[in-house]
Amino acid sequence: MATTTTPATTTDGAKGAGQPARPPGRRPRRSLLPYLLLAPAVVLELAIHVIPMLVGAWMSLLELTQFHVRDWSSAPFVGLDNYRVVLDVDSAAGAELLRSFRVTVVYTVLSVGLSWVLGTTAAVLLQRPFRGRAVLRALFLTPYALPVYTAVITWTFLFQRDTGLVNHVLVDQLNLLDDRPFWLIGDNSFVALLIVSIWRTWPFAFLCIMAGLQNIPDELYEAAAMDGAGFWRRLRAVTLPMLRPVNLVLLLVLFLWTFNDFNTPYVLFGGTAPAEADLISLHIYRSSFQTWDFGTGSAMSVALLLFLLLVTAGYLLLTN
Amino acid sequence: MRETAAERWSRRVVLTLLAGFVLVPLYVMVSSAIKPLQDVQAAFTWWPRRPTLQAFVDMWSTVPLGRYLVNSLLVASVAAIFSVAVAIFAAYAVSRYRFRGRQVFSVTVLSTQMFPGILFLLPLFLIYVNLGNATGIALYASRTGLIITYLTFSLPFSIWMLVGYFDSIPRGLDEAAQVDGAGPLRTLFQVVLPAAVPGVVAVTVYAFMTAWGEVLFASVLTNEDSRTLAVGLQGYSTQFNVYWNQVMAASLVVSVPVVAGFLALQRYFVAGLTAGAVK
Repeated sequence: MATTTTPATTTDGAKGAGQPARPPGRRPRRSLLPYLLLAPAVVLELAIHVIPMLVGAWMSLLELTQFHVRDWSSAPFVGLDNYRVVLDVDSAAGAELLRSFRVTVVYTVLSVGLSWVLGTTAAVLLQRPFRGRAVLRALFLTPYALPVYTAVITWTFLFQRDTGLVNHVLVDQLNLLDDRPFWLIGDNSFVALLIVSIWRTWPFAFLCIMAGLQNIPDELYEAAAMDGAGFWRRLRAVTLPMLRPVNLVLLLVLFLWTFNDFNTPYVLFGGTAPAEADLISLHIYRSSFQTWDFGTGSAMSVALLLFLLLVTAGYLLLTN
Repeated sequence: MRETAAERWSRRVVLTLLAGFVLVPLYVMVSSAIKPLQDVQAAFTWWPRRPTLQAFVDMWSTVPLGRYLVNSLLVASVAAIFSVAVAIFAAYAVSRYRFRGRQVFSVTVLSTQMFPGILFLLPLFLIYVNLGNATGIALYASRTGLIITYLTFSLPFSIWMLVGYFDSIPRGLDEAAQVDGAGPLRTLFQVVLPAAVPGVVAVTVYAFMTAWGEVLFASVLTNEDSRTLAVGLQGYSTQFNVYWNQVMAASLVVSVPVVAGFLALQRYFVAGLTAGAVK
């Protein structure tokens, strides 16, 4: 973006016919114009993101229980009490939050890692033209284009114990298991959640890496081939290093999206997730709207944000 | 750089497995939509033995799908149009002007995209409810409130992608227009925008998809009248029965248009991402 030129440095003297001539040196509205252009975006961002975030931080310091939700000006200020409750691992609320946090960490690491591997694999294998490449590319992008609720609800059907495809294949067709397992309750629910998440996420990794691959000049591959480099050597010496800038952004974005994932467990389990698959966003959502205690709900949200900011800052420091 | 036989075969095997992983749920969605209710409530079968389009008829009366569809269409299109309009002006400013706060704006806008939705949801819910109580402006449980909310969800990515597109349009064109006496806005509408049509279309589809698929805010900020598809589709599972064939039929109907639109425009998304990534 270093090439950006400002209109101020361009042909200022040019005036259209019929326009009143301006005194030289005066450029009316020029300096204000970018701000006017930005104003709608700034107002919306302030109204829907920045101000609610500040309000949320304020709410986390109030005793904002069901008695005060309709008129929050009456909610008493309690300082950091809400944080003491939700971060105290010996209390019931704190223990549940910690368990949900652990589930979310494992979920995020596995989902992002495997989605990245699948996305890279597919993008590299589709790098060179062959018959059917366009069809495969469209097919691979479809899970990303599907509305999340239709995709996840279909998986809910697949994971039904008695009528679903998964148990039909595992138990009836392959005879791998004797009993039909439950997929949407108990330990298996984490596996189910992870599979759905990867199915939805890897196409986005694929899309970004595909875009990144287009920036790698062919000469690099030709040079590598001249040196007798095989597939793996080309991957390690050319493709992955050239993809580094894309991967740096992609992994961070995937991490944040997956860590904040609400839709997948909410739709897959129909509102309330089993403890094994209770991701943190859904956990905060449920504990806030079940008890109508928005004070502790906000405290948990703010704590989550601080954690994400810390991880992001550490990541940026380590990679730059 | 010829491909060895081993490479070719491993490529085929891996791509087939991936295609299978992607295809199975899509196949189940389509094949279950044309099964009668008894068949989706019995053990799973790969092939629909008694294909019927009954589910596509029944789905409209089991839940008020028509109303949800109208709500979703209205909310998603209005949000998309406004979001793109706002993004065009902002991206033009960021791409063509150097001004104080430019960096701060770009970073802030992009970072809000990354924050947990739940962080905004609780305060926004309270703000909408309290604003309604105090002033009578009904944002909670209304389509207007949802539109305003969704507007901002697609803004950061839309601005980012359009800046990439605008940056790739040579400034010589702007300057030529200005020599002809065009002001900044005329330059935007007559020179920059026509050259960025693919980018604008891709961003519009993205904004529509974002609003069309949003679940978290829709589940809290809507009531029965303003309910969108994202929440409404859950109505097919009642205490007594889950109408799986109708769920799949309705899912198919609400998915096909967005998937088709996205796939038709996928190369513009790739181009937009490429433009953004080079910077």
